[in-house]
Amino acid sequence: MLHFSKWKTFTIWAIALIGIFCAAPNLIPEKDLASYPAFMQKLRLNLGLDLRGGSHLLMQMDKNVLIEKQIKILRGNVRNVLRGKKEGDKHVGAIRYRDLSAKKDRVEFKPSDPADLDRAFEAVKTLITPLPTTSFGTVPGNNLEIEKTADGRITIKPTDPAIAQRISTTIDSAIEVVRRRVDELGTTEPSIQRQGDDRILLQVPGYDNPEKLKDVVKQAAVLSFHLVVRPATAQDAAEGLTEPGTTIYPSKDQYSSHYILEDEPLITGADLANAQQSFGAQTNRPVVTFRLNSRGAIRFGEVTTDNVGRPFAIVLDNQVISAPTIQEPITGGTGQISGNFTVSSADDLAILLRSGSLEAPLTILEERTVDASLGADSIAAGKLAAMIGLAGVVLFILVAYGQFGIYANVALLINIAMIVGALSLLQATLTLPGIAGIVLTMGMAVDANVLIFERIREELRAGKTAISAIESGYSRALSTILDANITTFLAAIILFWLGSGPVKGFAVTLSIGIFTSVFTAFVLTRWLIAVWLRSKRSKTVEMPI
Amino acid sequence: MVFKGIDFVPHGTKIPFVSMRTITFILSALAMVASIGLFSTKGLNYGIDFIGGTSIEVRNKTGPADIADVRSKVGGLGFGDVQIQQFNDPRDVLVRIELQSGGEEANQLALDKIRVALGDGFEFRNTEVIGPTVSSELTEAGIIAVITAIIVVLIYIWLRFEWQFSLGAVLALVHDVILTIGIFSFLQLEFTLSIIAALLTIVGYSLNDTVVVYDRVRENLRKFKKMPLADLLDVSINETLSRTILTSVTTLIALVSLFVFGGEVIRGFVFAMIWGVIVGTYSSIFIASPALLLLGVKRDWSGLGGAKYKEPGTAK
Repeated sequence: MLHFSKWKTFTIWAIALIGIFCAAPNLIPEKDLASYPAFMQKLRLNLGLDLRGGSHLLMQMDKNVLIEKQIKILRGNVRNVLRGKKEGDKHVGAIRYRDLSAKKDRVEFKPSDPADLDRAFEAVKTLITPLPTTSFGTVPGNNLEIEKTADGRITIKPTDPAIAQRISTTIDSAIEVVRRRVDELGTTEPSIQRQGDDRILLQVPGYDNPEKLKDVVKQAAVLSFHLVVRPATAQDAAEGLTEPGTTIYPSKDQYSSHYILEDEPLITGADLANAQQSFGAQTNRPVVTFRLNSRGAIRFGEVTTDNVGRPFAIVLDNQVISAPTIQEPITGGTGQISGNFTVSSADDLAILLRSGSLEAPLTILEERTVDASLGADSIAAGKLAAMIGLAGVVLFILVAYGQFGIYANVALLINIAMIVGALSLLQATLTLPGIAGIVLTMGMAVDANVLIFERIREELRAGKTAISAIESGYSRALSTILDANITTFLAAIILFWLGSGPVKGFAVTLSIGIFTSVFTAFVLTRWLIAVWLRSKRSKTVEMPI
Repeated sequence: MVFKGIDFVPHGTKIPFVSMRTITFILSALAMVASIGLFSTKGLNYGIDFIGGTSIEVRNKTGPADIADVRSKVGGLGFGDVQIQQFNDPRDVLVRIELQSGGEEANQLALDKIRVALGDGFEFRNTEVIGPTVSSELTEAGIIAVITAIIVVLIYIWLRFEWQFSLGAVLALVHDVILTIGIFSFLQLEFTLSIIAALLTIVGYSLNDTVVVYDRVRENLRKFKKMPLADLLDVSINETLSRTILTSVTTLIALVSLFVFGGEVIRGFVFAMIWGVIVGTYSSIFIASPALLLLGVKRDWSGLGGAKYKEPGTAK
């Protein structure tokens, strides 16, 4: 136990020095770090939001809205199929139907002529396509389930895997949209992760305006331009007074409470190439100017040429922002949206239009925002507590174990350096409970040495020589040290698994601390003591413990 | 000249720990009953992690905060249960409002209203809004975590020792967890997600202590084949006493420093751990070890029965 070969000595110190080396950048001011030589690793502790300030938002996309949209599209597809094939000006093979409706989870209709039931069934079946194979290699089956009911109806229902795949792809694209929006706010290093099947976790360090962040992130921002059929009243909306192919929308402008609009959009948000906050030429009020892509510009040019004198409505998230009249054909592909904007709300809208729309708005389930000043206070308090705690532990161990206490303290200091180094290298997030974890590890790290040293004392009292007391002190304490640390490690794993933010950080720190403390307390101190013993060159040394 | 340490704990003690078991068991049983009684009558002061709602720490930018002023501004907004209290620094006020009915959006709306009501004179230092979905999930995850930890530990000790040890250790753990919940209920300290983390750490620490004593018990079972179990347990506890006390002291030194200097944010968390270290140390001596006497342990350890690997001490 007390013999160390050269390579063993080398390995032990190499590990310890790598730990110290990795911890070193944390002692150097950040601004100076850049000028250090290339071989230095420059990673510092990655501070959690509770220490550096910032916002943590857990958001959920409403599945029901997505399913509803999916069902509406499906209804359109069913209608197209039943219309038959277009040959020249005529539709061939059309099937007459009644009651084509979108229910909560399915579309259903009834062929007008019961004899058409089978033909309609076959026609609708052409909509069935197999779903793409998942990354796990399982075949999820088809996109639709189609059934004939006893009362002569046909129901078309998206399958569960089809809905799941759609939600999954929607969340993926939503993450991209959220990323673009957060980037537009000029923040650094946002972290955007998917959680579960319909959630997004957004963490933005150091941004001091959580309200703006939330406003910008959660809105769907679906934009479309529609021709206005006529203005309407709240009563019309209540009675649902619309003609086929039109929909009634509430309005934010000062002229009318509602508008009836044509369903077919002139252009949508996808046709935009850019959007900027600006000021209206005559009114000098905040507006959003936009530029269309070439396809959108051509289309908008055509429509405005055909409809001079008619009003069109700008609809954002199912609400009319304004309904200007087309004064002249707009062929340049640029325009402006005026409404009841402030500079800030116009700027927000421009950001939203530039970064694209979400298919459904995001609901904020959890928000944690810490001001940078509180984070700085926490760091200062944590540092102070760690320093004082460390000094207390070091002093106590020194008094309790004398010269061997020095070895244990050297191991403790290297242990802390290794924890800091490992956290920096792994870029694991250090949270305030994480600092508590380091301080707790200081207390517990010496446990291994206490176990060993108490054992050595026992063996000495039993009359053993110094060497054999040290030998058996280390070897007999080993199984206890392992048992004790494995149990704590198990608790840490469960903590990590339970893990939400700060708690996870604590678990990581605790786990790293377990490994480093076993290494420093069991291996490093043994090496130090072995060197000391060899320097004595005598089997009957008086034990400094 | 040799630099020796001071032996803080006298060696060769023969404290009859196990014969105190009637008293300590009754004491612990009473404390556990009291804890459960408190928990079921007074309940816990759950933080918003578990019950949802909004918690805001604001700081008056210009000087000491006027609690009455904050109360009048926020109290009139109709949020139901509103708690407003001084926090840490005279400039700081903690505002807590209960979970708003009307889903996730209602809670966000409440936050917006508070921002408007308090105006620009306050700096929002710490804002937490937890909606109904997340709070119920966190509660579930917290309970699952503590139970899983105890089960995993049960299995581990069972594998490494014998089922009696495993049961004794878990008894001690349940004791520690219940007493910790009891003190939180008694003092009505805020029970948050980080307290669950503290509970799990306590589970780890208390177990650490118990395992150290058990290891010694197992060793002595091999050494003294004829010694009555009660005496053997006493010897084992006494032999490990100095280690138990020294480790508890070093851990407490570190924790007390955190408690005093670590700031308000983690004070509850650190308090739970300090309590856990004290209770955990007590339980490994007075609960986990005497429990072996009640459960009875196998006396023949000469075979491979208990030792799943070769004892390093016997290897040469």
